[in-house]
Order: sequence, then C-alpha cells, then structure tokens
Amino acid sequence: MSIRSTFTAPKNYNTVALSLIAIGVLSIIGLWVTSGSSADPREQARFWASLLQNSVFFLLVVNASMFFVCITTLAWGGWQMSFRRVPEAISAAVPVVGVICATILLAIVFGDNHTIYHWTDAEHVKHDEILSHKKGFLNKTFFTVVTILTVLLWSVLGWKMRQLSRSLDNEPLATLEERRKYIFKNTVWAALYIVVFSLTVMSSLPWLWLMSIDAHWYSTMYSWYTFASTFVSGVALIALFVVFLKNNGYLEYTNDEHLHDLGKFMFAFSVFWTYLWFSQFMLIWYANIPEETIYFQPRAHGIYKGIFWMMFIINFIAPLLILMRRSAKRNYGTITFMALVIIFGHWLDFYQMVFPAVSPDKVPNIIYDLGVALGFVGLIMYSTGRALAKAPLLARNHPFVKESLIHHT
Amino acid sequence: MAKKKFIVGNFTDEAVLFPAVKKVRRAGYKLHDVFTPFPIHGLDKEMGLRDTSLHTAGFIYGITGTSTAVGFITWALTIDWAINFGGKPYFSLPAWIPVTFELTVLFAAVGMVLTFCWLCQLAPFVKKDHFNPRSTDDTFVMAIECTAGTNEEEAVKFLQAAGATDVKVETKETGWWLGNYANDKMRFEQ
Repeated sequence: MSIRSTFTAPKNYNTVALSLIAIGVLSIIGLWVTSGSSADPREQARFWASLLQNSVFFLLVVNASMFFVCITTLAWGGWQMSFRRVPEAISAAVPVVGVICATILLAIVFGDNHTIYHWTDAEHVKHDEILSHKKGFLNKTFFTVVTILTVLLWSVLGWKMRQLSRSLDNEPLATLEERRKYIFKNTVWAALYIVVFSLTVMSSLPWLWLMSIDAHWYSTMYSWYTFASTFVSGVALIALFVVFLKNNGYLEYTNDEHLHDLGKFMFAFSVFWTYLWFSQFMLIWYANIPEETIYFQPRAHGIYKGIFWMMFIINFIAPLLILMRRSAKRNYGTITFMALVIIFGHWLDFYQMVFPAVSPDKVPNIIYDLGVALGFVGLIMYSTGRALAKAPLLARNHPFVKESLIHHT
Repeated sequence: MAKKKFIVGNFTDEAVLFPAVKKVRRAGYKLHDVFTPFPIHGLDKEMGLRDTSLHTAGFIYGITGTSTAVGFITWALTIDWAINFGGKPYFSLPAWIPVTFELTVLFAAVGMVLTFCWLCQLAPFVKKDHFNPRSTDDTFVMAIECTAGTNEEEAVKFLQAAGATDVKVETKETGWWLGNYANDKMRFEQ
C-alpha cells in the first residue's frame, strides 16, 4: 500500500488561516479603538485582559500537545505513533505563541495600568497587608524571570523532542541495541520536559499568570484545574487535526481505534476537569469564608452567572452524555463537534477566570474576544500546516511504530 | 435437559486460530464459542460477536444510584428531618454531590458485577463444564455446535484442515451452566 507521506496544504488552507489571522488583527485594532486607547484605566485593562486571556489559553493549549507527546513517550506508549507527527506539529507553534504571550504579559506587568495585576502597584502593596506578605512571590522580577524561562524551556525542549523524532526519518536504526538507546534518549528528554511542565503549568505558572489577577484570593486547586482545562482542549485540538488529515486522505494507518482513544482522553479529562472544578468550588462554598467566596460571588451569582453555568454545562454535561457511548467516540462527526465544543467551553472557562476581576460591573462584549481568539486559531492553523509539511506524516523508523499499526482497543 | 453435540478442536497458535474462525464461519457452521486462556484483541470481531450490553446496564445502574442518593438525601434533609447546617439552605446540592457520586459508583459497580455473573452464568458453587481444561492454560479451544444439517465427519475433517489438533465430537447436556443456547440467535451478526 502506498501512502501519502508528506502533507501539502489543501488549496484554501492557508487562505483560511491567514484570513482568520486578519480577523484577529482587526479585532485587536477594534478593541484598541473602543477600549485600549481610552483614558479610563478599566477600559484599558479590558483591552489587555482580552489579549492576556487569549494568548495564555492558546499557549497552554498548543503546549499541551507537547505534553501529550512527552507523557506517551515516558510511558513507552506506542498506540499514538501513527499520528504522533500531528501533536508534534501543533507544538511547533509554542515558540511563536509563547513570544506573543510573554510580550503581552510583560507589557501588562511593566505598564502603568495596575488594574489587571494590582500587585504591580508598589504604592498600593505598601498599604496592603495581604499583598505585602506575598511580595516574595508576586513581584516583577520573579514574574519576568519565570515567564521568560518557561517559554524558553518549553520551546527548546519541544524542539529537541521534535528533532529526535525527525532524526530517524532518513536513517533507520539497524540493531536492537541502537533502538534501545534511542528510546532511552527519548525517555530522558521527555522526562526533562515533564519536570519543567510540572513545575510550570501544573504548579506555579497559572498562579502567576492568572490567579494573581485576583491577588488577594488563592486556591491550591487552581493550577491543576487550569492544567486539566488546557490538556483536554489540547487533546481536542489533536483530534481535530487528525480528523482533518484523515478527511484529506492522509494518515492511512490511523483508524477508528486511534480516534476512539483520543475520544476517551477527551471524555476522561472532561470528567477530571469537572472533578477539580467542583472540588475548588465546593470547599469554598462549604467553608463560606468571605475572603474565599469573593472569587465566586461575581461568577456564580453576579453578572457572569450565565457564562459560568453555561461553561459548566458544555464542559461537563455535554462531553459526559455525548461522548459516553463507544460509537460516539468512533464517529468523525461527533468527535469533531465535541472537540470544537470542548475548546470553546474551555476558552469560556478562561474568560470567566480573567474578566470578572477586570470588569466587575459589566460583562464585556464577547464578540471582540472571540475575534481575537480566531486570530490565534488562524496562527495555530498556519504554523501547524507549515510544520506538518516539513516532515513525513508517519515516523516510519520509530521502534514503536508497529505497535500503533496493529493497535486495537 | 436436551443433549447437544459439539465438535471440539484445539489450537496452540493465535495465527492459526484467527483464519480458522473465519473459515468456520464462512463455511456456515454454527460456531458455539472459542475458549482462550487470555483475552485476545480482535477475536470478538472475527467471531462476529455483537457488542456487550453490559455498559448500557451499567449506565442504568449509575442513574439509579444518582437518583437514589439525591432523592433520599433531599427527602431526609428537607422534608423528614430538616436541620440547618451552618446557615446553608436545606436543599444544599453541592454538599450532596460527593455522596451522590459515591452511590452512583457503588450502584454501577455492584450492579455490573452481578450482571456480568448472570450473563456468564457464574455463581459460587457452580461447576462449569469445560470442553478442554487446558483452555485455562495454553490451548485455544473452538467448539462448533452440530445442527441438523451438520455432517460430523466432514466437520471434523474441516477443522483438522483448518489447523486444529485433537478434534473430537462430544455430547454435552445443555443447561444454564453451559449457556442458554436456545436464545443465542442474537449473539451473532451475519
């Protein structure tokens, strides 16, 4: 059987991606005109909050692809080998989105407007007992160093993993010993990545980037909850690209069995997300301490109520009921629909993480934020398309590839 | 109890078993079952077994657990013995979710285990009749049921040609410990 080993973007692919980027840029300009250039600091903050929410969300989502690659490498999993180039290609967007995200974050931190991160206001922190206690963690130097280091390490380690995978394309490994060594090398680099990942997304980074918007409030669940949110969206994104490539006649060796497993990931991590979301909510609801409930007041009972509960329904009830059946997880249409729903749902989740603190009096016009999100979607599409075209779609010389070809759930 | 005849063949290799199953089905024999020491991926498809309905049963048990929990706690804490806990409303759903979750899991798990035992006709002190005890060790055993149209000698030769060793014709008493053959029409998709 001959296979179409290299991806060439279909006719409209890059046009669609570039027009989405154009929509994003137009939305940013529109947002700048309506809010960003205003003299009111709250209006300015609304502009920056939109950029913050979108860039952080999409950075964490594309980075989740590399996490998926590394975690399966570390577990010596072989089932994903037939489409492993897809998450690898998605993660090629990490440096680009990472630089954009870091720029936006640093601009917010070093800007004059302290509405989003009010711990950046030195005058205010002096008189604020809670914030002055947190000064060791919430300060500009630490924030800058962690942000730059994180983006740098993700990019470099991700590049190394991709490079290791592509190094085999033209030179197959002849002996068993060589293959063992190759797997070991992969495992070591994947483990390094996982260490960096767990020190960032799984523990400290969401505290700095997102939780410090509500600087007085804290939750130890927050990072895990953010991680679950982005990982399930990341798997949904992988599934979308796999279905797209299958529909265009690529990935001949990826079949229903692999899609079924991606569906299981989407189902399982939707439930996992709900578990963390609810654990955070219930403990705060039960203890009913004002300094903690202040986070949920505008979200669950205030003007963000609609978004909050809608987000819960589309992130939990929908995947639970729709993806439960085996046949649903093997159906391209259902998987595509649910992947889109899940990504949108978790984008909304990030929306309600960021905006209630920035704009407590009125819900901002979400159309602009959706426009900015489309810009990032276009960017990811464009970058993934380019990365996919660079290397063969099947890592044919990888020692585990056979395991994937005969994969059966 | 009615008596039924089976043609029993033994295989030692999966690579022989799979084509044999295909051949037997294609030749129109009534495949009773294949007994293997361990689960084999893809064998169910090859045998044309339909999907189990165990998960549907599990879903129903789970829903039963959920509604039992929510129903009972609601009745107990709002109607029968309403107590004010820390100023929370009587109907304080978030606090009940953990119990509801546990009861859902409990009902689904226990229900599915019992259903599984019932479907497989397993119970304590039931002695299952094996076609070949080595099917729990290292042998794959295939049993073909003889129907009115089955020529035994031909079938034996057919199995031998398909790679089976030690092919025998055995008479077994049908009974619930062997499986409800009378109702197994639905088990095979054509």
